[in-house]
Amino acid sequence: MDVNKIREDFPILNRTMCQKPLIYFDNSATTLKPDCVIQTITNYYTYLGANAHRGDYEMSGQVDAQFEGARKIAQKFINARYPEEIVFTSGSTMGLNEICIMLTSQYLKDGDAVLTCQSEHASSILPWMKASKKIELQYIPLDSHGKITLENVKKALNDKVKVVCLAQVSNVLGYQTPIKEISELCHARNIILIVDGAQSTPHIKIDVQDLDVDFFVMSAHKMCGPTGVGILYGKKKYLDVLEPVFYGGESNARFDQCGHVLLKESPLKFESGTQPIEAVLGMGQAMKYIEEIGQDRIHAYEVELKRYFLDKIKDMNHIVVYNKDSECGIVTFNVMDHGKMIFAQDVASFLNTKGIAVRSGQHCAKLLPEVLNVNSTVRASFYFYNTKEEIDTFVEALKEVTLENCVNIFF
Amino acid sequence: MSIDASLLREIIMDHYEYPRNKSLTDQSGYASVHMASDSCIDDITVQSKIENGIIQDVRFDGVACTIATSSTSIMSELMQGKSIEEAKEIISNYFNMIDQKKYDEDLLEEAIAFQNVGKQANRIHCATIGWKAMDQMIRESEGEKDESR
Repeated sequence: MDVNKIREDFPILNRTMCQKPLIYFDNSATTLKPDCVIQTITNYYTYLGANAHRGDYEMSGQVDAQFEGARKIAQKFINARYPEEIVFTSGSTMGLNEICIMLTSQYLKDGDAVLTCQSEHASSILPWMKASKKIELQYIPLDSHGKITLENVKKALNDKVKVVCLAQVSNVLGYQTPIKEISELCHARNIILIVDGAQSTPHIKIDVQDLDVDFFVMSAHKMCGPTGVGILYGKKKYLDVLEPVFYGGESNARFDQCGHVLLKESPLKFESGTQPIEAVLGMGQAMKYIEEIGQDRIHAYEVELKRYFLDKIKDMNHIVVYNKDSECGIVTFNVMDHGKMIFAQDVASFLNTKGIAVRSGQHCAKLLPEVLNVNSTVRASFYFYNTKEEIDTFVEALKEVTLENCVNIFF
Repeated sequence: MSIDASLLREIIMDHYEYPRNKSLTDQSGYASVHMASDSCIDDITVQSKIENGIIQDVRFDGVACTIATSSTSIMSELMQGKSIEEAKEIISNYFNMIDQKKYDEDLLEEAIAFQNVGKQANRIHCATIGWKAMDQMIRESEGEKDESR
């Protein structure tokens, strides 16, 4: 993989931050966009212009072709069986909320349980906590590393559990959940399996048929695509029978004053109102871009960057890393000064002055601090456009992190 | 770094490592504000006892960064024994300083250590979290007084 060549695809890498060359290590939050995605978005506004599925003129036909073309790209990207199984959403959060609302109102009963785990992102947990029925949330215990093990999933399953909702990759520690094996366990018990793919789709090849998941969501912006768009995948047998959460134009075929509503078939019945067309097209372009580079190479390179970083800091005893053994590009850590932990936000602000973007806090996984026994962490997340030279600069900056230097940035 | 800057840094470090009034009380007569919803990282509670128009005591506790902890610690010392009018004057001067507007340095004492916090725009919240809690409690104490009239 020619990283320097790849970096030319990302115009934003030419900018500076705090008068230093930008080193962007916040890729788990969102990723930078290649020129081809930006051009696709611009082309919609400068050339295509029309709405989708509505017009009888050439422009609108061109939009339809590209819009439904993007659906087929997405279908192929996660290897769904039918394009009808791909519903456009505003991203993983909306997908998880829609699935929760649909299942709660149309399938689950008061007292049914949803099984999830403590390292989950807020969007896998909060919709169930706030659901319209009394859904009991149960948590798979994590092992001492913060990992979900198959053994613990087996132990946690019981007759009350009707839905299991898990991320394929944790956004804090980066561990991969054994989804395929969990799916077998779930289906043997007639349990619906929902998988949050926000942190997996950017890094590993997804095959929803092989994983045999019932629902799967992802966000385009985590994999070089636009913000505000993603997909909800559902097995056809579910999407065919589920009533949508939203109603409006484009999702119905006809309705009358007596309240008879004839909805369109999936996926259009789930796509009321004008979709973010430019973002859907941009997502399709991003998927093609990622596939061209290849998820296997992307993942291998991220792991290589992480190993390189870990090797460089192995003698720096003031850096505490919480996820050394997870095979990903995420490093979650804290910095100590004379045996006392420097608050994560102070470290992140110091790194900012060196042009380095990292995330500090709890990373939307608010139950995880109980497992890690720290109230916040710093997260550096690498992607395929990052370089070893950037990591060298990062390590040099980390050598300078002391409480005093973290306060010095204010003077 | 100038001598001034290094002095100011020492003030922040000192209040972070040895925060003053950092423990909450169960005693009666204290108002309390939990500041946790604005950011997902700083989580502090500030308490104050305001009697007869005088701030008798200010306490705080919680988990927060250097700037949030030290600025709240300094605020808690500055407020002790001040009348509500004096406290309001100090607070408005502090917010002016943070916003890079004109302010009276003498009123702020050690709090001038945060004069450059705006250089890191995302940290302005940290430097004001405890002060906003105090401001809120003062307003609420005045509201109660108005209602009792």
